[in-house]
Amino acid sequence: MAAQTLFDKIWESHVVRAEPDGTTLLYIDRQLVHEVTSPQAFEGLKLSGRRPRRPGATLAVPDHNVPTTDRTMGIADPLSAKQIQTLEENCRDFGITLFGMNDIRQGVVHVIGPEQGFTLPGTTIVCGDSHTSTHGAFGALAFGIGTSEVEHVLATQCLVQKRPKTMEVRVDGVLSNHCSAKDAILAIIGKIGTAGGTGYVIEYTGSAIRALSMEGRMTLCNMSIEGGARAGMVAPDENTIAYLKGRPLAPKGKLFEQAVQTWQQLKTDTNARYDLTVTMQAEDIAPQVSWGTNPGMVTGIDQRVPDPRTITDENQRQATTRALEYMGLIPNMPMTGIKIDTVFIGSCTNSRIEDLRLAANLARGKSVATGVRAMVVPGSGLVKQQAEQEGLDRLFKEAGFEWREAGCSMCLAMNADVLQPGERCASTSNRNFEGRQGAGGRTHLVSPAMAVAAAVEGHFVDIRTWK
Amino acid sequence: MQPFTTMTGLVAPLDRANVDTDQIIPKQFLKTIKRTGLREGLFYDWRKQKDGSQDPTFFLNQPRFQGATILLTRDNFGCGSSREHAPWALLDQGFRCVIASSFADIFYNNCFQNGMLPIVLNADKILAMVNDVLATPGYQLMVDLGSQTVTTPDGTRSRFEIDPFRKDCLYRGLDSIGLTLQHEAAIAAYETQRKTEVPWLFTDLLHNQGTV
Repeated sequence: MAAQTLFDKIWESHVVRAEPDGTTLLYIDRQLVHEVTSPQAFEGLKLSGRRPRRPGATLAVPDHNVPTTDRTMGIADPLSAKQIQTLEENCRDFGITLFGMNDIRQGVVHVIGPEQGFTLPGTTIVCGDSHTSTHGAFGALAFGIGTSEVEHVLATQCLVQKRPKTMEVRVDGVLSNHCSAKDAILAIIGKIGTAGGTGYVIEYTGSAIRALSMEGRMTLCNMSIEGGARAGMVAPDENTIAYLKGRPLAPKGKLFEQAVQTWQQLKTDTNARYDLTVTMQAEDIAPQVSWGTNPGMVTGIDQRVPDPRTITDENQRQATTRALEYMGLIPNMPMTGIKIDTVFIGSCTNSRIEDLRLAANLARGKSVATGVRAMVVPGSGLVKQQAEQEGLDRLFKEAGFEWREAGCSMCLAMNADVLQPGERCASTSNRNFEGRQGAGGRTHLVSPAMAVAAAVEGHFVDIRTWK
Repeated sequence: MQPFTTMTGLVAPLDRANVDTDQIIPKQFLKTIKRTGLREGLFYDWRKQKDGSQDPTFFLNQPRFQGATILLTRDNFGCGSSREHAPWALLDQGFRCVIASSFADIFYNNCFQNGMLPIVLNADKILAMVNDVLATPGYQLMVDLGSQTVTTPDGTRSRFEIDPFRKDCLYRGLDSIGLTLQHEAAIAAYETQRKTEVPWLFTDLLHNQGTV
C-alpha cells in the first residue's frame, strides 16, 4: 500500500461510497450539538418526518447563550431562554443526550467533548460550529458544518464530501519561555494568512508540536479555521492515550486496550506526501498580539503597529488602514504601548484547566490595574470545579479578576458579556473581527499569560521579561 | 429546494476582501429558531453610521442597488463562523448568487444547501466588474448554471468551475438528505463492518446519561 498521511488513513476508513468523480459519502462517527445552530436542523427533521439514525452518537450542550453569572434564576433574555428551551425539547423528542445548563458537565462544546472522552482518535467528528477543528488534537478528522448538514448527519450519520488537500505545518525546536500553543498558532496564521488553509486539512508536526500538552494541541487545532482550514490535527501519542484513559465516555478495560492498539497506527507514514508543507522554527516565535480585525493581522509583542504607507499591495494597504481606524491604533506605535480596558480569559481556545493554572499562578499576589475589568470564564463546570479545588479561583479573585460560570461568554458576546463601543479587550479567544465581542468593541487576541500581564499592567507587556 | 438554472439580475458590489460571517450577520440575530426573516440583520453594523443612523453610502442603503439579486465581492468571502444564518440572510434579502474571487469553505458549502450559487471568478475580472457596476446604473449579469457562464451586459461570457455533483443537485433542486438515504444499504453495511473493527464506537454509551 502507498504511504499514507494521518488524514488519508482516517478519510479512507470512513468512506461509505465513492463516485468516480470523487464525490464521497463519508461516515460521521460523532456529532456535537449546541443551541444556536441546531433548532432549524431539528425542525427540518420534524417537517420531513425523519428520525436521527444514531441518537447515541450525538451529544448536546447549551453554551453560546448561557449566562456566566448565577443561573438558578434562569435566563433574563427571552430569546436566549427560548433557544435553550428549544434545544432541551428537541433532545427530549429525539432521544439525544443533553448536558443541561445546570449540569456540572455543561460547558463550551469543544471543551466538554474531549473532557468526557467523547472525542476519540481516528474518528470523524462534526458540529455546527467552525471551532470543531479543536478535536483534531486527538488525531480525529473534526470540522465545522452548517445547520443543513447538522440535519444531514442526524438523519443519515453521513456527509457528502470531496477529499480536501493536505498541508503539513511543521514547527521544530523549543518554544521560548512563556510562549505557548496560542502564540504558535497566531504566528502560523500570520504566516499563511486567513485563507492560506482554504481547501486543506492541516496536520501539525515537528518537535515543538510533539512537546505540547493535550490542552496545547487543542488550542492549536482550534484556530486552524482562522487560517482557512476546516480541520487541523495532531497524531495521537502517549499523551493522547494518557489523557483519554478513564474519561467517562472513553472505552474501558479490554475495549480500551484494543482501541489503543488501533490508535497507535494513526500516524503519517515515513514516505507519505502532503500537498503542501509550511515550516517554522519555534525559537522564532515571540508572544503574539493581534492588532487588526482578522486573526492574520498579528505580530510579536516586540514589534510595532504596521504602517500602511510602507505596504505596496493596494488591497492590503486599504485593509490595514481600515483595520487600524476601527481599532483606534496609530501606525508605528509599539505594541507594548497599547492600553486595554478589559481582559477576557476563556473560550474554546483557552479555558481549560492548564490555561487557568498558568494564568492563576501569574496573577498570584498581583492586582488588576485600576480601571481595567478582568474576567475568567472556565470552559466547563468540571474545569471550574477542578480550579476551585486547586484554589485557583481565590488567586484570581484576590488579584481582582471576576470568576464566572462556564460558557462561550465574551468570545462572541451572545449572552450579557459584551464590550461597549470603543472598549479595548485583551482576549484569549479566537476572533478579532469587527464587533465580535460587542458592536464597536476592539479585540486583541493573546495567550492567557499575555492576558494576565496586560490585566495587571493596563497595557500589553512582553511576558518573557515581565517580573 | 428551489432549482437554480439561469438568472438575470441586478448586481450589488461589496468591494472588500475577507468579509467574515460575523459582518454578514452579527450574533444578536442568531438567537432565532427560524431560517427566515434574517434580512434585518444582514450587514447590520456596516449599514449604520457611528450615531446609529443608516449610512447612505453603504451599498445596501443605496436606491440603485435595491432589488439586487447578485452580490459581487472579493477574496475569502464568508470566512469565520459556520453560521448558516449568513446565506439565509443573503437569501432573505433576495441574493441567490454570490460572485467572488474566493470563498471560505464552510460558507461556500452552505450556499448550495440553500439553492444559492457561489461563483468564483479571477480577481482581475472581479475588479473590472466592480468598476463597471459602479459606473453603470442598472448593471445586470446573466448567470447560466447549465453552461457555467456569467455574461456581462456587453455580451462577454466568463466560464466558472463547479463540482458536477453540486451542480446537478442545485440544477434539479434535489433534497440532499433524500439522496443520501438512497444509499441506506451501503451505510448499514459500513456500520456492520465497523462494529467489528472499532466496537468502542458502537457501544451507545451515551444513552440516558444526560439531564436537563
